[in-house]
This record gives sequence, structure tokens and C-alpha cells, in this order.
Amino acid sequence: MTPDSLATDDVEHLYWSIRRIRRVEEEIARLYPTDVIRSPVHLSIGQEAISVGVIDALADDDVIACSYRSHAAYLAKGGSLKAMMAEMYGKDTGCCRGKGGSMHLISTDAGVLGSSAVVGTHIPMAAGYALAFKLQDKERVGGVRVAAVFFGDGATEEGVFSETINFAALHVLPVLFVCENNGYAIHTPLAKRWATGELVERVKTYGIPAHHVADGDIFRIRALTAEAVASMRRGGGPFFIECLTYRWREHVGPAEDFAAGYRGREEMLPWVLSDQVPRLGAMLDAGTRERIDREIEREITEAVHFAEESPFPEIKELLTHVHAI
Amino acid sequence: MSTLSNSARLLSYVDALREGAAQEMDRDQSVFVFGLDVDDHKAIQGSTRGLLDRFGPERVFSTPLSEDAMTGVAIGAAMAGMRPIHVHIRMDFLMLCMNQLVNIAAKVHSMYGGNVRVPLVVRSMIGKSWGQGAQHSQALYSMFMHVPGLKVVAPSNAFDAKGCLIAAIRDDNPVIFVEHRLLYPLEALVPKELFVVGPGKARVCAHGDDITVVAISNMVTECLHARELLSETGIMTEVIDPVWLVPLDIETILQSARRTGRLLVVDNAWTSCGASAEIVAQVAEQAGPGAGIEVRRIGFAATTCPPSPALEAAFYPNPLTIATTIHQMVRPSAAPWYFEPERVRLACITSFRGPF
Repeated sequence: MTPDSLATDDVEHLYWSIRRIRRVEEEIARLYPTDVIRSPVHLSIGQEAISVGVIDALADDDVIACSYRSHAAYLAKGGSLKAMMAEMYGKDTGCCRGKGGSMHLISTDAGVLGSSAVVGTHIPMAAGYALAFKLQDKERVGGVRVAAVFFGDGATEEGVFSETINFAALHVLPVLFVCENNGYAIHTPLAKRWATGELVERVKTYGIPAHHVADGDIFRIRALTAEAVASMRRGGGPFFIECLTYRWREHVGPAEDFAAGYRGREEMLPWVLSDQVPRLGAMLDAGTRERIDREIEREITEAVHFAEESPFPEIKELLTHVHAI
Repeated sequence: MSTLSNSARLLSYVDALREGAAQEMDRDQSVFVFGLDVDDHKAIQGSTRGLLDRFGPERVFSTPLSEDAMTGVAIGAAMAGMRPIHVHIRMDFLMLCMNQLVNIAAKVHSMYGGNVRVPLVVRSMIGKSWGQGAQHSQALYSMFMHVPGLKVVAPSNAFDAKGCLIAAIRDDNPVIFVEHRLLYPLEALVPKELFVVGPGKARVCAHGDDITVVAISNMVTECLHARELLSETGIMTEVIDPVWLVPLDIETILQSARRTGRLLVVDNAWTSCGASAEIVAQVAEQAGPGAGIEVRRIGFAATTCPPSPALEAAFYPNPLTIATTIHQMVRPSAAPWYFEPERVRLACITSFRGPF
């Protein structure tokens, strides 16, 4: 799917966003063996199109909630790269002041709710925001704000997923549920976890629109999100999108893991061929693409430098923020 | 009660809860009340009665039986600027909320570096008598005391019920608010206006020089009965209600225990790893080995709560077992004190009738 009416600026922005995420994570993977990042990293490499496609259709003051695999969504929504990198390094300038780490990124400015490492816990949190928005935004020009929540296929097995879908449907909450189905919960494939693969059909029984995107097409994801958001702004209820995708690296850590034996490299091949990063890049002229690439490399270099140069938190920070005061 | 105003009048614990919530909802549009059956004809034993009519279904609503997700919704709404009061008819059901309360509510202010707050009140009731049995009787607050980031309060009278509820609603942290069912009908003088009984201040309910008894929740009532039983012996019991278990006012307890030289903690829960263990440990650590404070704990029998009245009566501390323990501690070499049976019977009467 390639929209006819897409402006060059839109493609530039999408390419910048997705390429930037890819390169940031490749840089994290490159740095990781040096132990400057002592935090479990769950890389999004291969899955970025979902975050970028969805978030491109959201407004700045909409919010997103994410799992521990949240680098892509955090960056796509506008979270500071410097603050993220410093958080990886455990520095005081990190987005959580060194108290969150890779799995708990947050940006209240950019509308990134804190990401969570216990699978599925952030799903009802997003519905709670949506409930608050519904109460707070009655007179708001432009309509109610929206909460989008990203989670993996494994999270749909948690009771809280079904509980939240039911509640959001019942209360007509502006929540966009986005399942990033990469086929594995850590190393366990869907075949060992799901009685049937019909997730979208299951969700539809709650009476909400539910769509399946099988090919990772960023424009389709973006268009579905735009449709969902337009409806929710006017008081429409929740919306569900399942996007098939593929995790190119190991569950946690910087490396590939095809030698481990639980999956074969041939599974990845179609996803490499349909990779949205070069696809978007090819839609731009070479000069534009190279300019964007250079900007990204410069920003990453600066962010890594910022993280390296930033101080660690002082010891007295250990016992601050236990309670809000 | 130390801060009575002219407006104070007798009010039951349950009405104090309802009044506190209603006045805060009037004052602050961000406060809402939800949980299974908060809007039905029974209104959580009356504690939410009238709120639906007054504030409407957007601010007072029942929920699906989805405690895990509903707690997550409450946390999200709180992070987004609302002040939810999430109500559970029994504390036992909080086990279904543990993931969200322990892994999210307790932690997000800290793990997100102070970027978010969770002004959430989780109300839950402890049951007793009329065969509440294994899963309608548990007082599990010590599980929450263990986790940094949560506050825990267990008011024992109507004055504190209102003042603590208002304090909990206004607190920017998640507060586990524990209500004993048997306290609901008990009356105290409660001011009409808004007031707070803030975190971290214990209440000395009765003064005495012979022994310090720390009593939690409904055990305050039981210990005051025990104190009354003992009055004929001349033993003067100091009864302290911590009110807030987190943050805990250990200083008030410590000062009293230093003076009396004896500390008995009577918990409305099991003693193992419980609030009583924490209080005794803190006193022992802070008083030091030279203080010579004798310590004891009593609480639920170390078993599952039985519904049979014959067994249930032996499961809980009661005024007689408390008074006997106090007597043993204060006069260890004296013969066991004989308490006149009719007085004991009157002290142990439980007015609660079921089914709930």
C-alpha cells in the first residue's frame, strides 16, 4: 500500500524516524559488549514500522504506553534520544534519572507513559489514561485525546489483556490496542501458546473494530491508526490492530540468536525483503536520504557522548522518590 | 480525639467514610469512586450510599470482576491526574491486584525518576465472625507494608476513618486503606467539616505506666476492653493505635515502651512477618540491648480461619486472651488472674450478624 496523496515531507519524516530508531539500536548493540550499558536491552530491530506507522497518525498530546521493548515507540513519539541514552548508561541525566533503565523509558513531555517490564501491566494503565481523558476532555477543542498501547503477542495471553479490552469496550474508551505479533514469547512460539491463531476474531467478540496487518506495511498501519484516531476523537470507542512482525535479534541482548536452534534464519528472510527502512529510503532522492542519514549519525554520536559525559546520580538519590512529596 | 471542633457529633465509622468521600468529591472534581457494587442497593455496607445520586455514574461506577485490570486502570487514571478510590468488599480480593499494586503503583514514582505520581486510594474491608472463613477474613496489610512506595492505613474509629480517608485521597501516593467490618457501626465524635489525620502519627488511645500495648485496626477496640477488664487488678495499660502502618510512627511507640519496659503488639492478622514483627523489630533495634524492654506479640492463630463458631472463637485474640497476656507480662510471678465470666462475656460480645 502506497498512498497516492502522500507528501514528500511525510515520507521524509517517516524515513527519518524509522532509520533513526534502527541506527540507534544498532549503535546500542555495538556498544553493548563494552558494558557501558548495564541494563537488559530488548531491541526493536525489525519491528520499528509498527511504532513509526502508528505514532505518525497520533497527535503530540496523545499518549502511548509500551512494554520493555519500547525504544522504538519512545523515539517515534518524540522522547529525547539523549535522555534515553543517558538512562541506558544509568546516568543522572537519563529520562528516569538512572532509576528506570532500558525497560522503563518515560517522557511526560512527549506523551510516552512509562514502559513496563512485567508483561501486560501497561495495558490497563493506558485504559486508565483513556478514562481520565474521557472525563477531562469533554470541552476540549479538537476532541478527546487518545491512548495507544503497544504490546507483544505474549501479552494477549495475560488475563489483564482481555479484562482491559472488555472494560474499554464497555466504557467506550479512546484506546488504540496495537499487538506487535512477532511470533515468540521469549523463545516459545505461538504454536505452543495459542489454541487458535484467530486473535482478531477473539477481540471482535467484544464488539470493537479489529484489524490484521500481515505484511508490516507502514502505510497500512498508519492509515488504520488514522481511521481509529478520527473515530475516537469524536467519542468512538477502542480499536484493535494486530501487526505481524519479526524480531531480528535475540529476546534480550544485542545479538542474533539463530544458532540457538529454536528458530531458523529462513523465518527472517521475508521480513528482511520487506524491511520498511530501505523501502522508505528508496522513496526519497539520494541527496535527501544521505542528508537525513548524516543528521541521524551526528545526533547519535552526540547522544552517546552526552551519556558518557553525564554524571552518575549521587548516592543520596538512592532514597529519593520512594514516596511522592 | 485531640482535634475536635465544635461541629463534631456522633457518627458511625461507615457514615464517616461516606461523608469523607462525598466531601472530597465535592471539593475536587478529579476524585471518583469505583469497584464492584459501589453503586448498588447495598453500597458496600453503606459506605458509598448516596454517592451515585449525588455525583452521577461517571464518578461512581461498578466494574467487571477484573481486579487486575481495574487496578491498572486506577493507576493509569491517577497518573493522568485523577484521584481514584478503588473499593474492594474484601481484602482477600486484593491478591488479584498484587501485580499492579506491587509492580506498578508502588514503583512508578521511583522508577520513572519522579516523573509521575499515583494518587490512588485502595479501600478494602476485613471480615470477621459469622463464619467469614478462610477467604473473607484475611488482614493482609503486612504484604503491602513490605513494599517501598505504598502507604498503608488501618483506622480504628470513625474520627480517624474520615480524617485518614481524606488524607489518603489527597496523598500523591498509592494508599492501601484497610477497614474492619466490625468497626462500621461504631460511633465517635466526628467533625462535620473536612479534616485530615495525616500519615505517620500514632494515637495514644489510653494512658498507662505498666505496659505498652500496640493495637491494630479492630484490635484497638479489643485491647480497650482488655484494659477495662484489667482495671480491677490495678494494672495500667497504655494502648497505642499506630493508625498509619506506613509510614509508621515508631517514635511514639518507642517512647512509651521505654517508659513502661513492656511492649505487647496485638495484631488483627497473623504474626509471622507481620506488622507486629516489624513493630517489635524496630523497637528492639532502636531501643538497643540495654533498654530491657520485654516484647510479645499476639495475633491470628497460625492457621487458616475456620468458619465454625467453636474454632473461630479461638482463632482471634479477644479481650480475655489479651488481658491474660498483659497480666502475665506485668505480673509474671503472680497466679493467673481470674476474670469474672460475665464481665468477660460482655467484653467479648460481637454485635455483628450476617449474612455479611
